[in-house]
Amino acid sequence: MIAHIDPAKLIFGRLTLASLPLHEPIVVYTFIGVALGGLAVLGAITYFRLWGYLWREWFTSIDHKKIGIMYMVLGFVMLLRGFADAIMMRGQQAIAFGGSTGYLPPEHYDQIFTAHGVIMIFFVAMPMVTGLMNFVMPLQIGARDVAFPFLNNFSFWMTVSGAMLVMASLFIGEFARTGWLAYPPLSDIASSPDAGVDYYIWALQIAGVGTLLSGINLLVTIIKMRAPGMTMMKMPVFTWTALCTNVLIVAAFPVLTAVLALLALDRYVGTNFFTTELGGNAMMYVNLIWIWGHPEVYILVLPVFGIYSEVTATFSRKPLFGYASMVYATVVITVLSYLVWLHHFFTMGSGASVNSFFGITTMIISIPTGAKIFNWLFTMYRGRVVFDLPMMWTVAFMITFVIGGMTGVLLAVPPADFSLHNSLFLVAHFHNVIIGGVLFGLFAGIYYWFPKAFGFRLDPFWGKCAFWFWVIGFYFAFMPLYVLGLMGVTRRLNHFDDPSLQIWFVLAAFGAFLILLGIGCMLVQIAVSIMRREQLRDVTGDPWGGRTLEWSTSSPPPPYNFAFTPRIHDHDAWWMMKKYRYQRPLDGYLPIHMPHNTPTGIILGALSFVFGFAMIWYMWLVAAVAFVTMLVVAIAHTFNYDREYYIPADEVRRVEQARTELLASHV
Amino acid sequence: MSMKVSRGLLLAVVILLAGCQSVLMSPSGDLAVQQRNLIITSTVLMLLIIVPVIVLTLVFAWHFRASNKKATYDPEWEHSTILELLIWSAPLLIIIALGAITWVSTHKLDPYRPLDRLAAGRPMPADARPLTVNVVALDWKWLFIYPEQGIATVNELAAPVDRPIKFKITATSVMNSFFIPALAGQIYAMPGMETKLQAVLNKPGDFQGFSANYSGHGFSGMHFVFHGMSEDGFAQWVQQAKANGSDLSREVYVKLAEPSENEPPRYYATVAPGLYQAILTRCLDPDSPSCMTHTRPARSGESTGMAGMPMPAAESH
Amino acid sequence: MSDMTTSMTPGGGPTEALRFHESRDYHPANGTLLGFWVYLMSDCLIFACLFAAYGVLGREYAGGPTGPEVLELPTVALNTSLLLLSSITYGFAVLEMQRDRQKPMMLWLVITGLLGAGFLTIELREFAHLIAEGNGPQRSAFLSSFFTLVGTHGLHVTCGILWLIVLMVQVAKKGLITANKRRLMCLSMFWHFLDVVWVGVFSFVYLMGVLP
Repeated sequence: MIAHIDPAKLIFGRLTLASLPLHEPIVVYTFIGVALGGLAVLGAITYFRLWGYLWREWFTSIDHKKIGIMYMVLGFVMLLRGFADAIMMRGQQAIAFGGSTGYLPPEHYDQIFTAHGVIMIFFVAMPMVTGLMNFVMPLQIGARDVAFPFLNNFSFWMTVSGAMLVMASLFIGEFARTGWLAYPPLSDIASSPDAGVDYYIWALQIAGVGTLLSGINLLVTIIKMRAPGMTMMKMPVFTWTALCTNVLIVAAFPVLTAVLALLALDRYVGTNFFTTELGGNAMMYVNLIWIWGHPEVYILVLPVFGIYSEVTATFSRKPLFGYASMVYATVVITVLSYLVWLHHFFTMGSGASVNSFFGITTMIISIPTGAKIFNWLFTMYRGRVVFDLPMMWTVAFMITFVIGGMTGVLLAVPPADFSLHNSLFLVAHFHNVIIGGVLFGLFAGIYYWFPKAFGFRLDPFWGKCAFWFWVIGFYFAFMPLYVLGLMGVTRRLNHFDDPSLQIWFVLAAFGAFLILLGIGCMLVQIAVSIMRREQLRDVTGDPWGGRTLEWSTSSPPPPYNFAFTPRIHDHDAWWMMKKYRYQRPLDGYLPIHMPHNTPTGIILGALSFVFGFAMIWYMWLVAAVAFVTMLVVAIAHTFNYDREYYIPADEVRRVEQARTELLASHV
Repeated sequence: MSMKVSRGLLLAVVILLAGCQSVLMSPSGDLAVQQRNLIITSTVLMLLIIVPVIVLTLVFAWHFRASNKKATYDPEWEHSTILELLIWSAPLLIIIALGAITWVSTHKLDPYRPLDRLAAGRPMPADARPLTVNVVALDWKWLFIYPEQGIATVNELAAPVDRPIKFKITATSVMNSFFIPALAGQIYAMPGMETKLQAVLNKPGDFQGFSANYSGHGFSGMHFVFHGMSEDGFAQWVQQAKANGSDLSREVYVKLAEPSENEPPRYYATVAPGLYQAILTRCLDPDSPSCMTHTRPARSGESTGMAGMPMPAAESH
Repeated sequence: MSDMTTSMTPGGGPTEALRFHESRDYHPANGTLLGFWVYLMSDCLIFACLFAAYGVLGREYAGGPTGPEVLELPTVALNTSLLLLSSITYGFAVLEMQRDRQKPMMLWLVITGLLGAGFLTIELREFAHLIAEGNGPQRSAFLSSFFTLVGTHGLHVTCGILWLIVLMVQVAKKGLITANKRRLMCLSMFWHFLDVVWVGVFSFVYLMGVLP
């Protein structure tokens, strides 16, 4: 590449007009649709003169609440993309039988299942989990922001940058056709010479930087910024799970960074880490990526366990049963999650003793998980269970998740896994735990904390419609896959010969269609709720009868969260305050020290997108310029020492008085 | 809620019925039968705890609903040592049982282990001679080399019933997984490495075999039929391959190894000597830098599976 | 002040006043040093992966040169002493910083930077030499993992030097204010961390690598 230097190549690299998939009608129509939709959104923002508002109040904001909300928006937008992939796959598999090859050729289909996995894990589940932790955790521990507010904004924009790269791959070039973990040798330059795997690598590396920094940030926040009196065993359970999750992030994501860097070196420099030539060892990649990959599963599910704990206690009108055992269970899961990675490839031939070891450690994880389920169960026991939307999702979770847990333990028995590995049974299993566990929990969390974030509840009628479509749709979509797995059907096939399988795929496609209706109901629900926001308004700040500190603030909370830092005596801090008839102080306000907004995060995010894009297309000059600019911007940012300001006491008084009046008017 | 329950139950019944006839639930090879039994045993063991949890969830959710004022309400109750002990020990007991089963069955059903029986109640005859088949996963088809018979086939496999089969498995470019659900569990096929599978078929018939690990563009068409035959039938099948087949020289192999999709079955009457070993060690061209013999012996999956296992924290201080 | 207090008698115990908020300004402890330390630990895991890769591939010579053939202990011994020395000089800089003596501190920082640059120069010459002989990272898995592990460390040292320069400019502009002191402590941790990693590289790659 260096031998013959051509200026055009330095700028455009290997990107040519032929890289645009103009010959693929599906992509062209999608592009037109996305472009029109995008233009409509941009036009609306311009028409309503919202750019300045968005820039000042959101894009450059270092307020953890706003960043949390932006993460949720990113996650929801990407959910639509990831689900579009899912329904295309279900459609293809439902019709591609015998003589019919369906409507997706392999090169397209293979991109879709890869993109579906990558998007759902990295750009739906991760942003939503991070978003909820960002929004809720500082409020729960009585902090005014996170430990490093600028870093928080920067992390978010790095995640966006990674997501944008994945989206760009849809219209410029192609995405990886390797499966979501991009195992070599398939992902090596010899087998995948095009830009797809490079999109994969750079999207994940850039988003991974964001995730890692956000992990450090939230970890330090929990350790250092808890309100006085909040000892470790007085932290709300969601904060506990957030702590463990961020420990996992800090300890797992570097492994992903390293292994993807080595893969990138193999592809860009020609090293031999994972090649089949010259001593490389592809199995090392498989080991390393799962050393990240298995903890990743717990990174997603632990905070969600925290959500279920908060929701169950709140809606059962009782403290969480077995708080201490819940905490210990969380910690045990955190530690054990590092000792199980090999169960993802028993069939590599590691030998019976190694396989049994990892199989048994995997099963051991189900003990603390089982204890958690029982704890939620006994939280409901002798309670007064109110079935608002968050609680409905929680009950659906408890029933669905135990099925997924059971099939998971089954897959952990190595000889059983020899039969079920890579089958649709496996696909059904992990969708069972990720949808039935993580996604249901995220929905519970969204419905639970939405009034806190926006000051009004989400409309319950459309929420219930969405709930039933989602839950029933889930069972229709994935139970048939269990059956197909037992029929020995493997995953990632785009065509089948055996016509007797078709009915099951049609059922699964029907389930996906029901989920589509569920998502539609959610969109309607958001629109309806915005229109009916006055009827759904939460003036108390505590619409559900909450137990933890976030419910002591107004909805939405003021920028500084707490006019006075709270003092904690119990893990259900707000419940206790209510019990002792705590009165808000109405006087004695002090100026509050808060960090300034800054555009550096979004600028760095945009530059990293340019850098990643340039690296993917071998535009060396552009990449170098983008990289140096990034460095300069980052260094320039460190010369800014004036990062904080005081909210004057009068301003605090004004805000708090407004709340006092609001509360008084609604007694 | 009850509508959901009945729908769930209905679905479960349908699934159970369908599952019983599926290939994994009614397999034809002894190894697969034992794996099936293990799946059933483990599932039943876990249902001991799963079913009560689901039932209790529904019962508690219904009984303690806010509108049921008759239900006891104890807003302070949050701890019970006995209950805590129970909820930790119940899953623990199940997992101890399951762990023991796992340890024993994983060793007993290890695909590398020579078989000690043909089927339940039928010990291995002393004079049993395993049939060796060398399996190569190509882009995107399967090559089967029969060293004793001196023949090779593409995308078609045959073996006599009740005779142990010893598969040696490798791949050329990317990773695949060799899987005949009716016969036994799968095992990866990896370039430059060899994995093994020892299995036996107990019933005659035509069974599906395929790659169970996504390997690229032609993956969906990478399947073959596995014929379970009588000894005589198998001998005839070999004769037929010899009569109809061409020669699998190294040159022919190189052409065969080029990527192709949806290959029909093909027979070779002769096989170049040392072909499988050359594929395994990547030494078809002995001068190529990828040839392993002048650097080190080929790895077997058993030793390298753990080779990539690093200790994440070992180097931290 | 409307500092609301409530009394309670939990389980018949002594009456205790319960305050539910701080009426004074409350500042949680600064988390920068902890955060940076956590970052270093995550960086340490990246190195752990590279060490692991070297552990797996370090003997895969693929017909190319072996460890004893390419590793030059005398050069590396010099290299190692430069880096270890630079850690000591950074230590002196921190001592001066704590005494608020800006000038001697800057001098020690300059010496530290020069020692680091010397380390890098020797390492780059070693790399250039290997590549010129056709033993670049593409030659074998051993050399891939060698170049990547040692090179990643070198990249970190480069970042450290760049950071050092930026910090010196900042100290020159703003003096030894609290923020700058905190930054100097972060860089100090970073620099010593690189030293510790290098001890690992030296023992694991070079000393064990020359063994037959």
